[in-house]
Amino acid sequence: MTTLVEPQGPPPLAEGGRRPRHILLQRARRSPTLIIGAAISLTLVLVALLAPLISPYSPDHQDLYNILSGFSSKHLFGTDELGRDELSRLIWATRTDLRVGFLAVIFPFCFGSVVGTLAGYRGGWLDTVVMRAVDVLIAFPFYVLVIALIFVVGTGTTGIYVAFAVVDWVVYARAVRSTTLVVRESDYVAAARTGGLPDSRILLRHVLPNTITQAVVYLTNDVVLVIVAVVTLGYLGLGVQPPTPDWGTMISDGQEFLTTYWALSTLPGIAVLVTGLGLSLLGDGLADVLRPQ
Amino acid sequence: MLRYAARRVAAAVLVVFGVTLATFLLMHLEPGDPARAVLGIHATPSAVAALRREWGLSSSLPAQLGHFLSQLVRGDLGQSYIYGVSVSSLIGARIGETAALVAVATAFAVIITVPLSALAASRQNGWADHVVRAVSVVGLALPAFWFGIVLIEVFAVHLHLVPVGGAGSGLGGHLEALVLPGLTASFAMAPILVRSLRVGMLEVMDADFIAVARAKGLGDTRVLFAHVARNALVPTVTLLGLNIAYLIGSTVIVEQVFNLNGLGSLLLSSILNRDFPVVQAITLVLGTAVVFLNLATDLFAARLDPRIRLR
Repeated sequence: MTTLVEPQGPPPLAEGGRRPRHILLQRARRSPTLIIGAAISLTLVLVALLAPLISPYSPDHQDLYNILSGFSSKHLFGTDELGRDELSRLIWATRTDLRVGFLAVIFPFCFGSVVGTLAGYRGGWLDTVVMRAVDVLIAFPFYVLVIALIFVVGTGTTGIYVAFAVVDWVVYARAVRSTTLVVRESDYVAAARTGGLPDSRILLRHVLPNTITQAVVYLTNDVVLVIVAVVTLGYLGLGVQPPTPDWGTMISDGQEFLTTYWALSTLPGIAVLVTGLGLSLLGDGLADVLRPQ
Repeated sequence: MLRYAARRVAAAVLVVFGVTLATFLLMHLEPGDPARAVLGIHATPSAVAALRREWGLSSSLPAQLGHFLSQLVRGDLGQSYIYGVSVSSLIGARIGETAALVAVATAFAVIITVPLSALAASRQNGWADHVVRAVSVVGLALPAFWFGIVLIEVFAVHLHLVPVGGAGSGLGGHLEALVLPGLTASFAMAPILVRSLRVGMLEVMDADFIAVARAKGLGDTRVLFAHVARNALVPTVTLLGLNIAYLIGSTVIVEQVFNLNGLGSLLLSSILNRDFPVVQAITLVLGTAVVFLNLATDLFAARLDPRIRLR
């Protein structure tokens, strides 16, 4: 997500070539952060993929004689105000929110990385235009701009995709541009240029491999922030529309029953938390492994 | 300092102009017809056309932009389609609540993050450091609004310590009512602040003057507070400024959770009513506020640290 800003130290650079793969693997095996993060993330992805097989009931099946039933052996996490099985809805919501979250960051990631690399490498008017656009977009409070965009495009997943496409590329562009500025001045790029390689080849073979790692590390953090944002928009009624199961709408539906049946809005929140935790740890672990030591 | 300030102010004015332009274009890309939306499907075409003329929607886009800008310099944000009053009076009535929430949340953020990051940085790789880092990772994954709901459940519903929602009455009641919303909004930003500030403090600790201070035989506490904290103040101020946009954005959601009548709830209700002059004005006001708060923190940081001015 776009407006969280962490100061970045000098960007990590590989010394021209690639690090031998077995060193990376060795480091990965020694990083508990990475292993735990990857395990949680993988489990959630499996839950999302296998939702039709593992959910005990259909997420839309209403049992109106059996509403707000509480924990039982028949309904592990009870039923909601329409008698729908809470566990099944949680499982199907994993599928919805992970899908929307991942799809929403694809365009910003690709566009931002390409634009950032080009702006940093070429400089000149392209750089000026891109950086001014970044300045303006970053000035808007993130949620205000996203909500205003959804107002224009319409609620639901299309609104989310468009809003994030407009807002979210900025962070990637900024991060990749600043790395590119450093890489551009390095000896191996100068050598490649002296050797008469065309710009396109220098960019693809020598610049991009060194700048993209940072964008990839950021991607895992961004997915967390985007999933939280998707859930938040769902809570406000501007995101995923009912009856599609989504953690945000589940939390807002359950809020009414906070005093009588707390689990309804607490459980989806915990689901978001676990998802975010898994992906954040994965990102931190990746950053540790990829950083040259 | 003056040169630096002049340069920063000029840049900020440019960004505000960009923000204004972007807001205007965004709102005028909107495909629906606001006149039709307000009058309903049974309105006659002539009534719709008359309303469109009254709102100035029938002229060309550049003409509308010119009109919008000329109104803006006179401080006129237009008329609300739904409430029929001037947008500035609507915003004026609500902006205090949002400003109070942002102030309380910022205060909480500082109170929470500075000691935590100092603790983590002074015991690098010790258990305190690991706990603080783990908590900040969890915090990052926490949806702010859900955390607000949990706070309501624990502190208002079960412990009856603070009101469940609403603005409260009197200054005391008002402040009481802002405790949970302020905490919720600050938690949206605290994890990222802790992470950055910890790194900032670690960098300061590696500096030569800290080694000198230690070599002089100063105690840990004194080094931490007299030397490290002072030098870590600048990155804290800068970071607060950079994240203020995110904080202001989160207040939109926090207001919804706690039923506060600030700009955020006005924005959401105006979106549902398709009252687009109000949506446009709030987007513009909040965007401009961010630019000026950023400017203020930049200038303050430059005042604290002369090196910044030379960049």
